[in-house]
Amino acid sequence: MLYAILCYNSEASVEAWTKAEEDAVMARLHLVQDKLTQQGRLGPTLRLMPTTTATTLRKGEEPLIIDGPFAETKEQLLGFYIVECESLDQALETARDLAQANPGAGGYEIRPIRAFQPGGALR
Amino acid sequence: MSELAWLDAALIAARPQALGALLRYFRDLDTAEEAFQNACLRALKHWPQNGPPRDPAAWLILVARNVGIDDVRRRSKQEKLPPEELVSDLEDAEAAAADRLDGAQYRDDILRLLFICCHAELPATQQIALALRIVSGLSVRQIARAFLVGESAMEQRITRAKARIAKAEIPFEAPGAGERAERLGSVAAMIYLVFNEGYSAGGGEAPARAPLCDEAIRLGRLLLRLFAGEPEIMGLAALMLLQHARAPARFDAAGAIILLEDQDRGLWHRPMIDEGLALLDKAMRHRRRGPYQVQAAIAALHARAARAEDTDWTQIDLLYAALEALQPSPIVTLNRAVAVAKTRGPAAALAMVDELAPRLSGYFHFFGVRGGLLLQLGRSEEARLAFGRAIALANTAAEAAHIRLHLDRLIKDSHAEGRVDPLVC
Repeated sequence: MLYAILCYNSEASVEAWTKAEEDAVMARLHLVQDKLTQQGRLGPTLRLMPTTTATTLRKGEEPLIIDGPFAETKEQLLGFYIVECESLDQALETARDLAQANPGAGGYEIRPIRAFQPGGALR
Repeated sequence: MSELAWLDAALIAARPQALGALLRYFRDLDTAEEAFQNACLRALKHWPQNGPPRDPAAWLILVARNVGIDDVRRRSKQEKLPPEELVSDLEDAEAAAADRLDGAQYRDDILRLLFICCHAELPATQQIALALRIVSGLSVRQIARAFLVGESAMEQRITRAKARIAKAEIPFEAPGAGERAERLGSVAAMIYLVFNEGYSAGGGEAPARAPLCDEAIRLGRLLLRLFAGEPEIMGLAALMLLQHARAPARFDAAGAIILLEDQDRGLWHRPMIDEGLALLDKAMRHRRRGPYQVQAAIAALHARAARAEDTDWTQIDLLYAALEALQPSPIVTLNRAVAVAKTRGPAAALAMVDELAPRLSGYFHFFGVRGGLLLQLGRSEEARLAFGRAIALANTAAEAAHIRLHLDRLIKDSHAEGRVDPLVC
């Protein structure tokens, strides 16, 4: 079985880390990742850019585009796509296509990726 | 990360929100700060044992309010509350309190906290020092180090600034839309001042002052989280990220300035550039042009050029023209002349620059750019004079040293192939 592990933390707290703290956390996380890689269990890992870079497309008759992350709590995170896009406009176009294919409630948060590692195991 | 580093980070992160709410509640900055400080001391005691609360800001506000009320009562010799009791009841109360504190009010609280630092009567340096002390929570020692002054001098500066705003009327009513926009504009300008205080430092000073840039970026992101749909705030954050991304390449080991066109672009901080470009992309969708967005767009063109010779100077010229229209200033025109020198040649640029002489006769960069253009035109004697004026007006040792290099080159070869200093370096 494949599992996705989603990372949650206070963004403002992470931004308040000093460089030394950030490096120390990253070094410890890499140790965990290295172990998983050696065991052949690690798939893609990524770090998202801050929520300030997010744009949200709310589904509806005429999809609504809102600056900022997906803020509602009535819906749950059900999945995600990683798509190569030339611009935010192209990413929004893709989200519109998805919304059309799966209309109704909810929406899509579009967030640029800061760092992406494809991971060896599941390629 | 040390064991308690998460706690420090959580307290720093919660500070603007908590202090903003406490200022509204107590209507006095000193009382609010003292109450917040006390709440932090309690957090240091309780959080390592019980783990961090679900909403640290709400916890701090609740504790600080109770402690603050207690202090006010004690001062007026009234009955005091037993402090431990109120802390032990806190965990239950916290959830309810977090629900009551709604987002919109927080937003105006933080904006107010930032806004009181931009009081028009305060000189820029005091605004910056105050914002770093009050909003960012930097210690006086940290601020003094960044400003390269003694701790007691900085202490005095902050005390004076606080005394001045204590006399001013702090606007506590929720602002109307127009007023909110006005405050937002002042706060954005103040954050950019903080940034420039760090960014304009010379080579030797740059490491000590770089934290000012980081802090300004943190404040910019904070503001953008509160006003997620404001393209100019996106532009401001993008501008700071795109400029600060170049920090590792701007000075050599001896602290001398490295011009933009000579910088090792491999040293530029890629994640910052990517974030800046993403924010600019977001801002453009609004089609509401503003000075920060245009400046960020100029910085983005530099960031996008893999090599200096790939720079799209025509587009930069157009963007400076747009900036001139939005925000007429001889300094903007001077910057534009640098782009014009690249697209239409040094003679056209010099004509633009000479028109600015009456207004920029006390400005270092004016003579630096003028000297560079004269040099390109082979008018070395006039170039030498211009560079001499520039050195006399230099703000930092690195600026002076940089111009001296030009002079040395002139002496070596009076027909040296000149170059124009782009101001963005």
